[in-house]
Amino acid sequence: MGKRAERTDWGLFLRKDWSRNKLLYAMMLPALAYYLVFQYGPMYGAVIAFKDYSPAEGILGSPWAGLSHFKDFFEGFYFERVFTNTVLISVYTLLFEFPAPIVLALLINEVRSRAFRGFVQSVTYMPYFVSLIVICGIVKDFTNSGGIIQQVVASLGGADTALLQNPDYFRPVYVASEIWQRIGWESIIYIAALSSIDTEQYEAARIDGAGRWRQMRSVTLPGLLPTIMIMFILRMGNLLNVGFEKIILLYNSSIYETADVISSYVYRKGLIEFDWSFSAAVGLFNSVINLALLVLANYLSRRVNQNSLW
Amino acid sequence: MRRTIGDRLGDAVIAAILLALVIVSAYPFLYVLLASFSDGNQLLAHSGLLLRSYGFHLDAYETVFRNSAIWKGYLNTITVVAGSLLLNMLVTSMTAYVLSRRRVYWNKAFIFLIVFTMFFNGGLVPFYLVVKGIGLIDSLAALIVPFAVNTFNLIIMRTAFASVPESLEESATIDGANHFTVFWRIILPLSLPVLAVITLYYAVEKWNAWFYASLFLRDRELFPLQLILREILISNSTDSMLGGASVDQAVLVSESLKYATIIVATVPILCLYPFVQKYFVKGVMVGALKG
Repeated sequence: MGKRAERTDWGLFLRKDWSRNKLLYAMMLPALAYYLVFQYGPMYGAVIAFKDYSPAEGILGSPWAGLSHFKDFFEGFYFERVFTNTVLISVYTLLFEFPAPIVLALLINEVRSRAFRGFVQSVTYMPYFVSLIVICGIVKDFTNSGGIIQQVVASLGGADTALLQNPDYFRPVYVASEIWQRIGWESIIYIAALSSIDTEQYEAARIDGAGRWRQMRSVTLPGLLPTIMIMFILRMGNLLNVGFEKIILLYNSSIYETADVISSYVYRKGLIEFDWSFSAAVGLFNSVINLALLVLANYLSRRVNQNSLW
Repeated sequence: MRRTIGDRLGDAVIAAILLALVIVSAYPFLYVLLASFSDGNQLLAHSGLLLRSYGFHLDAYETVFRNSAIWKGYLNTITVVAGSLLLNMLVTSMTAYVLSRRRVYWNKAFIFLIVFTMFFNGGLVPFYLVVKGIGLIDSLAALIVPFAVNTFNLIIMRTAFASVPESLEESATIDGANHFTVFWRIILPLSLPVLAVITLYYAVEKWNAWFYASLFLRDRELFPLQLILREILISNSTDSMLGGASVDQAVLVSESLKYATIIVATVPILCLYPFVQKYFVKGVMVGALKG
């Protein structure tokens, strides 16, 4: 064998792999077809961003348009608005919603009674399982003029107006509803990380005279940091990726100026107004930026403290 | 261990904060439940928090159950959930099995191809055009086939399959079992917990899905429950359900009707919830390790 094996015969190797694994490759076929058609198909279809797509002529037949759609977007009136809104909603969510489950996990971690822990966790996960339609229906109902939140505001001397008709209130309502919906669910991962911290570290801290607060700062938080970093990288990668589903359920034309984000704009342009190529261009711009941000965040995190996704 | 007064005070503060959070998490659902039984008149006149139902009426529920759109919506949703579960579970588990095998030359390429789609996609319009090109528009299959695999679920399952001890398969392979037999007779039966988790993930996702239905379906006869709900909750139109009732009557019922519809559409998921909750948590853990 010796010499021949070193001079690995590529074709022979592949053929052996094939004959050993052909049943596996056959089992892989449905998923391969799915990924090629429904994931890579749209990636190919994204070339319409560089064309003037018309359904009659198809993707191949439509004439090239170069970068004109991108140019239209960058120079158009809506670019600044949707870009700013996307960044602001992301940043507010990052500032207020991201820490919320961490705080919840730390609080739950301090509870000794198992039953009470379980109870708090069960109830706070619940909003995550309810459909977005119902969540947004409740949010609209509660923030409407005469709704519960407005009655509280009015009783404190505020004006009773429909919050979602006023551009100033869209972002607070959005971020608050995100916290409400996700705090319990997202705390799971931190609670799991907390339970894996070595209890001896707490013992040692206690022997050194550390109180509860001190233990949290010098044992619990450092133990949680890797998990926080990973979640943070994922968030950074999604900085320009505000999902449109909740936005389009909550917004209306009177609050577009604060509520319309890139993805909801893509949706409206492409699938309501049928401006296919323009919408595809905006969407592609968004996808590329997202990918770049994720790679960057991952790189920085690896440099700073060896936490990375890949 | 001795507990100081400070410790006890801290415990009390923490318990109070958590209880407040529990109330905030649960109250909206309680409100919806109470309002659905309430008398429309009194509900409109009432202001402030609702702590009990006003009257006890089942009129709203009667209207909901007499409504054919709701029943059709239910049927469509159940069809989509059932069809999806069949396809999703079959394809996801088979693929997860292949990807969990060692010494398969092309697996690295497959995994790259698959994971890449988590970070980059072609966008909404091109996706719509693909689905349209295949001719799925205005069929329930449009809500099933283009979502055959969820990459995140696939990775969770692959991690679980890879942790089944190899020795168990070896004896079967020596007895002449092929890969499909190993998959079907050994890996699947040994992985029931993860299969339960993923089934539930898919089921909840499908039960709650609405966006692609609004995109791919024009025919009202095909609308799943969530789209009917959207008409009632988001567009605030109960007209279609109240057809025939006098205006006064309509206003009164429609107020509690909204809430009754929410209950009818949400109760199936919330009934499952206590049983499945712990599995969901397990799923998150597995996913967190190798996400």
